[in-house]
Amino acid sequence: MIAAAYQLLHLLLMLAAAPALTGLVRKAKALLLGRRGPPVLQPYRDLWRLLRKEAIVAESASVLFRVAPYLTFTAVWVAISLVPAFSTDLLLGPTADLIALAALLGGARFFMALAGLDVGTSFGGIGSSRELMFASLAEPAMLMVIFTVSLLVGTTALAHIAETLLATSVGLRVSLGLGLVAMVMVAIAENARVPVDNPATHLELTMVHEAMILEYSGRHLALMEGAAMLKLLLYLSLIACIFAPWGLAVPGADAHALGIGILAWLAKMIVGGLLLALFETSIAKMRVFRVSEFLGAALLLGLLAVIFLYVSKGL
Amino acid sequence: MQPLSLIAWAVAALFGAGVVGLFGNRLPVVQRVVYVASIAALLVVAAAALAFLLSPPADSSPTLALPIGLPVSPDGLQLEMHFRLDALSAYFLLILGIVGPAVGLFAIGYDRHEREPARVLAFYPIFLAGMVLVLVADDAFAFLVAWESMSLASWFLVLAGHRAEETRRAAYVYLVMASMGTAALLLAFGLLAGVAGDYRFAAIRAGHLSDLAAALVVLLTLVGAGSKAGLVPLHAWLPLAHPAAPSHVSALMSGAMTKVALYAIIRILFDLVGPTGWWVGVILVALGAVSGVMGVLYGLFQRDLKTMLAYSTVENIGIVAIGLGLALMFRGDGLASLAALAMIAALLHALNHALLKSLLFCGAGAVLNATGLRDIERLGALIHRMPVTGFCFLIGAAGLSALPPLNGFVSEWLTFQAILTGIHLPQWELKFGIVVIAALLALTAALAAALFVRAFGIVFLGRPRSAAATAATEGSSTMRAALLVLAAACVVLGVLPLLAVGLIEPVSRQLLGQGLPGAGVASLLWFVPLPGSYTSYSGLVILVAVTGLAVIVMLLVHGFASNRLRRAPAWDCGFPDPRPQTQYSADSLAQPLRRVFGTSLFQASERVEMPPPGDRRPARIEVRVRDLVWRALYAPVADGIAWFTERLNILQFLTIRRYLSMMFAALALLLTVVAFTQ
Amino acid sequence: MQMGTLAFDVAHLLGASVLVLSFGLLFQRRIFGVLQTFALQATLLAAAAAWQAFVQDAPHLYITALIALLFKAIAIPVALHRIVLRLQIHRTVETVFGMGLTMIIGVALVALAILLVLPITYQSVAITRENLALALSVVLLGLLIMITRRNAVTQVVGFMSLENGLILAAVGVKGMPFVVEMSVAFSVMVAFIIFGVFFFHIRERFDTLDLHYLETFRGERE
Repeated sequence: MIAAAYQLLHLLLMLAAAPALTGLVRKAKALLLGRRGPPVLQPYRDLWRLLRKEAIVAESASVLFRVAPYLTFTAVWVAISLVPAFSTDLLLGPTADLIALAALLGGARFFMALAGLDVGTSFGGIGSSRELMFASLAEPAMLMVIFTVSLLVGTTALAHIAETLLATSVGLRVSLGLGLVAMVMVAIAENARVPVDNPATHLELTMVHEAMILEYSGRHLALMEGAAMLKLLLYLSLIACIFAPWGLAVPGADAHALGIGILAWLAKMIVGGLLLALFETSIAKMRVFRVSEFLGAALLLGLLAVIFLYVSKGL
Repeated sequence: MQPLSLIAWAVAALFGAGVVGLFGNRLPVVQRVVYVASIAALLVVAAAALAFLLSPPADSSPTLALPIGLPVSPDGLQLEMHFRLDALSAYFLLILGIVGPAVGLFAIGYDRHEREPARVLAFYPIFLAGMVLVLVADDAFAFLVAWESMSLASWFLVLAGHRAEETRRAAYVYLVMASMGTAALLLAFGLLAGVAGDYRFAAIRAGHLSDLAAALVVLLTLVGAGSKAGLVPLHAWLPLAHPAAPSHVSALMSGAMTKVALYAIIRILFDLVGPTGWWVGVILVALGAVSGVMGVLYGLFQRDLKTMLAYSTVENIGIVAIGLGLALMFRGDGLASLAALAMIAALLHALNHALLKSLLFCGAGAVLNATGLRDIERLGALIHRMPVTGFCFLIGAAGLSALPPLNGFVSEWLTFQAILTGIHLPQWELKFGIVVIAALLALTAALAAALFVRAFGIVFLGRPRSAAATAATEGSSTMRAALLVLAAACVVLGVLPLLAVGLIEPVSRQLLGQGLPGAGVASLLWFVPLPGSYTSYSGLVILVAVTGLAVIVMLLVHGFASNRLRRAPAWDCGFPDPRPQTQYSADSLAQPLRRVFGTSLFQASERVEMPPPGDRRPARIEVRVRDLVWRALYAPVADGIAWFTERLNILQFLTIRRYLSMMFAALALLLTVVAFTQ
Repeated sequence: MQMGTLAFDVAHLLGASVLVLSFGLLFQRRIFGVLQTFALQATLLAAAAAWQAFVQDAPHLYITALIALLFKAIAIPVALHRIVLRLQIHRTVETVFGMGLTMIIGVALVALAILLVLPITYQSVAITRENLALALSVVLLGLLIMITRRNAVTQVVGFMSLENGLILAAVGVKGMPFVVEMSVAFSVMVAFIIFGVFFFHIRERFDTLDLHYLETFRGERE
């Protein structure tokens, strides 16, 4: 029962916090660039405005075009509901498998890529083709990081991983360090942040994610943008859960521990968002075919992380 | 009635249907008779296999001996064909019995447009009968006869489209590779039967092989059955022959025949050869990983829909081979429970792939029927004209891209879990190898998703690229029904995978001595493969969560925000172009991947000819992708054989004196040998 | 290995950073990027040496750290930077293989190093074993950098990163003698190599090593 309540709270909290995180990142980037920037709560207003608008759908679009935003949004929402943020005692915990999580995100991307191809314009095709290329390297890199963590803990169940990493003192493991770097690189690629993709552009040369959702408007666009915001929150939450799990409430904890868990999570998200803004403003966007080298480096770091695990585990 | 007798009657019915099919050119009703008979026979086979798996007999499995053999019987040995039903056979019979009837149902509607139906109708039941017989064969003779009849029947089926040049070439390559495969298997069985010559499987199991003989048997099996299954580098016939055959035959070849080849590998490597070292597993895993990556990369650069699907078969067989190789490695090191996990992952993926690939090939057949085209660069927007086919193809594409909650994800997830347990292997080289295999499997899965986005997106979405695509119509009711049945099966198996795992467990118990104790007992929902570990997955929960939340979100948004919708021309950044050539084509969709992966592995290159401004010639782009495996392996071998036979041709034109000298020399040589070995 | 012991963990972390920066050297395409990465690697090496000096209570390792910092992290990169500018050496690095293949070979070399080291020193304390694996990887990667780059400056940098690996191994082993002497010897050798490269390029460009001719060319004298 507690687990169900926590799960519901988790779902709603994630939904509520995602636009705020995006707003925070945008505001921080603006301030770092010397501008004043939009208010932190602006994404909420944007989403509400988009939701109430009439959706304009291209004549050549099919049913998939109209269904894809819902599928993408809920796939990412279900995925984020599997990641323990403030407590590991969640109703969906037993199905919170890291590989299933990666596959759910893959499913969201599958439908987004198809939606890009649906209308039959060249922009959608550009976005989809580039996204497929990035995904073909980012997914293996993420799976290598998942492997490192799973080999360390002995399972791919996220709740158990978080509890184990919280309980035992693993120390400054080299593998986890390399895994963290690889995971951050993958997160940057998957969330379409600089240097992989510019989330604030509509130029053909530089679009990937924006190109796939170019034809969307109204409530469909709101859902796609909401999915992107949730995805950013998901990756930050996942990195915090695995690599910085301090403050997580374990099953059987009281309301005090829950409060600490929520506060700790909020603090981690804020720190993560600020670091992301700092990183994005200090580096230029890469050429598209350099991104494949970037992600290849992430994949190799993931491989190194697993290899180093063997050395340090003394197997 | 004994399950095996039922199967025997079903096979007899299939042979009868084949004879009836010879008259297919004259009477249209023959077509229905043949297909309905095939469906019924396979359903009987499936029921028999299911009954066997649900309650396997405690003592030795029933056998059947038929007095059909060679007329000569040396040493008083009764040369007859033996058949036996055990758990391994029953499982693969079940796969065939699920896929076959669905494809047969599809064929009733699809085959109506066949120009020379007798070519298909006569051999289709024989093909099915051959596969069934291979699966229940209990001695090498029956096995090889059934194997050859399966190969030859499918060859005749490939030749049904003999009027096209490329079909003839495909059939030729298929014949050569299949014959080579059978020869390899013949040698393998010869080595297994040994000097004593008793070729019954029971005798082979009881016998003992030397290490060298066992190694040779393994290699020969991998060459023979591996080439039939489609393992790189012996896969070259598969992307030529599978697309050339009629679509329902392609579905069976990719879905069922490759599984029969896997059955042969499992039967020989796990059952007949006896205990092997872990190096056998390493070979199989390496072949599987290479097949996985190369298969999907080849498929990404194809323009023909069925060729893409055929290469995807190569990829998935690679994944199954990884699971089987892992099982061999674990068994060689004595880790039986982990071997069971790996084997169950492999067998589950075999079933899932059979269902998904048949679904996709039937969908491709419906597209071919409706448009007459296989070239995806001329298709597009078919989802508007063929919604049911499009929906089912989407299920198949999503399944093979390993998206939860479909069945493709469950077996790939289980394979990953099996790889994760590889850390318990004691050898250091294997521990490092596991990491590489994991990376390659992850790469394969990601690229497969790209392949299917390309296949579905270019064919079914976008705007139509040719008149044929604009004028397409939905398939007949039987075709749609078959597609829906297969799609439903995929969803059910994805959500309730334990239904299948429960049927696979007897196989693993028979071959490895151990099942999967954690699965199938506790509840139907949660799949916990490793008892004592926290790893679990539930497809039903994910399905309910995703669809439930999607419906809730849709209701909330429509209710509280807006549900208005207006159709308008596409935005396209303000410069919409109505011509369908301005949308992305299949080659352009694959271009980034071609740049990243193709330049090294395929020597992919692009050449752009841009005429200067003012010149009215169109610009040209030439994309070149080379098949390096063909160049490195097949072309030299073919050239070498051609060179050798050219040289040998001299023997045709010798004078009489030279022929006499040759005979004299041979006689002298043999007499010398006899003299020296007295 | 005792997990959670701060001393070992920091040492390993610094060693692993040196290794990751070796990969970074493989990854870089611009010469200035290579020099900056190398300077960072030398800094981390100095930090590793200083940490070992602190943990092992061996003050002479502080001198090694200082040499690494002053000479390798500051002096040599600055000197090479000026050489590149002065001689207008080509700014992008040409590689023999593609980026992907080079990285794969790099990872294979790391795996090889680990496979080699682990059985040999199984009896020793774990710190020696992991450090040796890391150091051997850095050495092998330095060699790889030297082989797969067509540019003289990057070959020198590759050689120096190879040395970094040797120094990493030396400081990791408790009670290793002559570490400081080794560092000085290596540094002198590298200085001479750089002079050699310098002179070779001058001769290539101007067909002479005569300083008189160089000065007239610079336009300082008529």
